[in-house]
Amino acid sequence: MKPGSFEYHRAHDLDEACRLLSDAGEDAKVIAGGQSLVAMMNLRLARPAALIDIDRLPGLSHVVIEAGALRVGALTRHVHLERHPGVLPGFEVLRDAAGLVGHLPIRARGTFGGSIAHADAAAEWCVLALLFDARIRAVSSRGTRELAAEKFFEGLFTTALEPDEILTEVVLPGGFTNAAIREFSRRHGDFATALTAVGWTAQRGRIGRPRVALGGVADRPLRSTLAEELLEGEKPSMELFETVGRQVADSLSPPADLHASADHRRRVAGVLTVRALAEAAGFPATVAMEADR
Amino acid sequence: MSAVPEPDLHDITVSVNGDERQVTVESRHTLADVLREQLGLTGTHLGCEHGVCGACTVLVDGAAVRSCLVFGVQVDGREVETVEGLAAADGRLAPLQQAFLDSHGLQCGFCTPGFLMLATAYLRDEPEADAEELRDVLASNLCRCTGYQGIAEAVTAVLMDADDD
Repeated sequence: MKPGSFEYHRAHDLDEACRLLSDAGEDAKVIAGGQSLVAMMNLRLARPAALIDIDRLPGLSHVVIEAGALRVGALTRHVHLERHPGVLPGFEVLRDAAGLVGHLPIRARGTFGGSIAHADAAAEWCVLALLFDARIRAVSSRGTRELAAEKFFEGLFTTALEPDEILTEVVLPGGFTNAAIREFSRRHGDFATALTAVGWTAQRGRIGRPRVALGGVADRPLRSTLAEELLEGEKPSMELFETVGRQVADSLSPPADLHASADHRRRVAGVLTVRALAEAAGFPATVAMEADR
Repeated sequence: MSAVPEPDLHDITVSVNGDERQVTVESRHTLADVLREQLGLTGTHLGCEHGVCGACTVLVDGAAVRSCLVFGVQVDGREVETVEGLAAADGRLAPLQQAFLDSHGLQCGFCTPGFLMLATAYLRDEPEADAEELRDVLASNLCRCTGYQGIAEAVTAVLMDADDD
């Protein structure tokens, strides 16, 4: 339960971080809060030869709305989103999601950017990055790139980031009028068995530009374009939501593991989809609960 | 025969329970390792070493963190508080520790330092007495002995006492 040896370098600014990372080669990893990485290193599931510590880099922990878009600095701690004092119109679901991440001590250290770079299929921020069509900023000595969320998650713990790139910011270009996130785990703070996030923009009482994103049901977070097509232009109703939930469940081929069978994940994902849609629509909780069959 | 790598050593300065300490740490040693092995503060316990059980919880700059998920070298310049810092110098227990005794909030005591530090951070925020929020916070840590009710009662008792002040 002790990590292997590595060379540790602390960066004092972003340029130095990029330089240290590219000098250290492909076996180097960036560390900030370390709540995912150090656990993996302790179990020797990860054995980086070098760590570049960006935990204290200035200028990367902002949460700000500019021209209707939400910009989240990569070093924003989960707890800062959970306890954000300001109103985030259109992005309120992020505050709900923040409280679902692990436990309070994990939220004190873990970062928004770290979670997205780590790309756990059941991570709340990864699912929300897909939901909001986020743009992910990556910086290296070679320059800056912006990556679209829908092309960012490539596989199991694998992203489109190059080994010498540092994720610095995530931009959510626009908010939703209606949104919700629901997750299920067997114990408080465990990784989700499944989680569903939904969002839409209400247009004259109908669902406009719906988005449905799921976590824990594949090797990466997923968007359900099937669900989105069913919802587009429709009036919210429990009948509609139950149909969507059933079809989403049928469309999934989730992995089976120690924690849940594939069938169980599929059913949980379906139920959570119905509940998230009902919550986003503002239906009373009791109505959503009756939908479980 | 493969060579054993030279240890990657770093000098750090860290305040531990109010005392400034200068230590040379190997980068792969967690804060928990440094506290226990190099500073002799074995009150911080290792239950799982992958961030699940919370027995290793300490305060870093006032926030409860899992010391098995922080490398010692990362707390250079920071203030760390451990369970050893709770009781007074003459051995008098802190109100929270006394409350754990009074409410039977410990049996084997292995998880207790982690719960004490978690609760210390929570109480410093001067929260409203909210049973559900307290359960949510206490659910951060695992206890195999008590069933958690005594722990919740202990923290609630201190919270109510604080409200009376």
